[in-house]
Amino acid sequence: MNERNERIFGVSCTFRRPSDVYRAAEEVRDAGWTRWDVHTPYPIHGLDQAMGLPRSSLPRLTLLGGVTGFIIGCLLTWYMNSYDYPLIVGGKPFWSVIYPFPVLYECTILFAAFGTFFGQFVFNRLPRHHHPLFDLPQFARVSDDTFMVVLEARDPQFRLDDARGFLQSLGGQEITVIRD
Amino acid sequence: MAHDHDSSSARPAVLDRVRPAELPRPSLVLNDRGFHWITDKVCGIVEEPTPRWWKVTFLVALFVASFTGVGLAYLVSTGTGTWGLRAPVGWGWAIVNFVFWIGIGHAGTLISAILCLLRQKWRTSINRAAEAMTIFAVMCAGIFPLFHVGRVWFAWWLFPLPNQNAIWPQFRSPLEWDVFAVSTYFTVSALFWYMGMIPDLGAIRDRARTWWRKAFYSLLAMGWRGGNRQWSNFEMAYLLLAGLSTPLVLSVHTIVSFDFAVSNVPGWHTTIFPPYFVAGAIFSGFAMVLTLMLPLRAVYRLHDVISQYHVDNMCKIILATGTMVGYAYATEFFIAAYSGNPYEKFAFINRAFGQYAWAYWIMVSCNVITPQLFWFRKVRENHSLVWIICLFVNVGMWFERFVITITSLANDYLPSSWGYYSPTIVDIFTFFGTFGFFSVLFLLFVRFLPLLPMAEVKMVTPQANPHAH
Repeated sequence: MNERNERIFGVSCTFRRPSDVYRAAEEVRDAGWTRWDVHTPYPIHGLDQAMGLPRSSLPRLTLLGGVTGFIIGCLLTWYMNSYDYPLIVGGKPFWSVIYPFPVLYECTILFAAFGTFFGQFVFNRLPRHHHPLFDLPQFARVSDDTFMVVLEARDPQFRLDDARGFLQSLGGQEITVIRD
Repeated sequence: MAHDHDSSSARPAVLDRVRPAELPRPSLVLNDRGFHWITDKVCGIVEEPTPRWWKVTFLVALFVASFTGVGLAYLVSTGTGTWGLRAPVGWGWAIVNFVFWIGIGHAGTLISAILCLLRQKWRTSINRAAEAMTIFAVMCAGIFPLFHVGRVWFAWWLFPLPNQNAIWPQFRSPLEWDVFAVSTYFTVSALFWYMGMIPDLGAIRDRARTWWRKAFYSLLAMGWRGGNRQWSNFEMAYLLLAGLSTPLVLSVHTIVSFDFAVSNVPGWHTTIFPPYFVAGAIFSGFAMVLTLMLPLRAVYRLHDVISQYHVDNMCKIILATGTMVGYAYATEFFIAAYSGNPYEKFAFINRAFGQYAWAYWIMVSCNVITPQLFWFRKVRENHSLVWIICLFVNVGMWFERFVITITSLANDYLPSSWGYYSPTIVDIFTFFGTFGFFSVLFLLFVRFLPLLPMAEVKMVTPQANPHAH
C-alpha cells in the first residue's frame, strides 16, 4: 500500500481538545504538507498561523465590487437623469457627483457586499454537496465538538502508511482512510 | 467573529514590575457549558417536536397578520382615500409605521456589525435573532411605502427599470435615495444573516435523522465542511460584511431622516435629524431585541448563554441611546428658539402644547423618563419590569415618529390651511397586522433555523482557546 492510490482521498484523525489540534497543525505545517486541512466546529483563534495559511485575499473582491458599484451608480444616474431624459429639478445640474451621492454610496456598499458574499463561496469552492468527508461517520461530530485533521492524497509527500503513522505520532484518534 | 490578532506577544516590560491585577472578565457562557451542550441546546430547538406554545402563538400571529391583508385588500380595491390622509396631512400613519419598523431593524445590524467591529463578544448569543429581527422588520417597513404609492401595481417604477412612459426615477429626490437605501439594507442584511448561519446549518445537517431534514439543511448549508481554509475566508468575509454594514446602517436612517430634513417644513428642516434618527433607531431596536429575547430565553431556558450580563448591557445601551434621544429633543427646542424663525418656534411650541400635546408627552415620558429606570441594577435584574419598560420604549418611539410627521404637517405656515389628522380603521388594521406578520416570520425562524450562532458562542467559551491548557 505504499503506492499512491488514486481512489483514496486522504487520511483523517480526530482530536478532542483545541490545544491538541493546534499543536498537531503546527507539526503538519512544519513537516511541509501542502494539501491538508483542519476541520473545526468554530474558527480557532490563531489556527491560520499554526497552519501557515496566508491572509485571505477576499478583500480584493470586496474592493472590486465596491469600485464596480460606484461606477454603476454613476452611470445609472448620469444616463437616466442627464443623458436619456435630462430633467431640471430644483436648479441642480443635470449630473454631478453630489446630488445622487446617497445612491452612489448605497450602490458601492451593495456591490462590495456582493463581491464579499459571492467571493466567499468562490474562494471556499462552495456549494459542494458531495464530498468524500461526508461519508465519514465521525465527520458529523466535527460541527459539534470534535476536531479533525485531514491529510489529502493529492499532497506530493502522501504515502498511506507514512501518513497514518504520522497522524498516530501526533496523538490523533480514530485514524481513518477516506475513500474517494 | 473577527480575529483579534494576538495581542499577548507584545507585552510591555513595565507590566512585569507593576504586576497589574487581573480583572476578571464576566464569562459569557455560564456554568462551564461545553461545546456539545451548546450544539444540543441550539439544535434541540429545531429538532424537538413542535411545542404547543409555538402552535398557539403561530395561529394567533397568523390571525393578527390577516388584519394587514384585509387592510391592504380594502385599500387597493378602494383607493388611498380610505387612509386618514387628506390636506394638509398627506403623510400619515404609513410613513410613521415605515420609520418605526426600519428603526426597529437597526439594532440587529448594530449588534451584528458595529459590536463585531468593537469586539464586544457578548453580542454573539443575541446576534442571530437580532439580525433576523432586522430582516423581518425591514419587510414590515417595506409594506407601507409600497402601498402608499397608491397604485401598487406601478410600485416597480420606483426602481430604475425601463417602463412604457420612457421616464426614469428622479435621483435628486430623497424618496428615491430611500428606495436605494432600504433595498440595499435589506439585501445586505439578508446576505450577512445567511452567510453567518451557514456553519450552524451544517451542524444541524450533520445531526439530521430524517431524509427531508437532511435534504433541507444540506441545501441551505451549501456543503460547508468547517475546514480551517474555509473558516479563514469565512471569517474575512464576515469581518468585511460587518465593515460594510456599519456605514450602511448609519446611512439608512440618515437617508430616512432626509425624507423629512430635505423638505422645508418647519420642524423637519433641521440638520440634527440624521444622528437623532440613528440614535432613536438603535434605542427602539434594542428595546425590541429585549422584548423578543426575554420570553425566548425563558421558554428555551437559555439562561447560560443569555445571562444577566447580556441583559445588563442591552439595558445600558437603551439607557444611553434614550438619553441621547432626550438630549436631541431638548436641542431641537433650543435651536428653534435660537433660529429666529417664527414658524420654527411655533412648530415646537405647538408640538408640546398644541393639539397633539398628548402625543408629545406620551413620547417624552416613554422615551426620556422610562429608560432612566435602567440606572438601577434592581430594575435591570427584574426581567418582567425590563420587558414592560421595553414595551414603553417601543410605544414611545412610535409616537416620536407620529409627533414629527403629523404635528409639522397639520400646522405649518398658514392657519387657514391647518387641520387635524386622525387615522381610519383601515390604517389601524394595516399597522396592527404587521405585528402579526413580523411574529409569523420570527416564529418560523425560531422553529426552523438556528436561533443562536453556535460556532460564535463556542468561540467565546473558555475552553475554545487553544492556549488555555
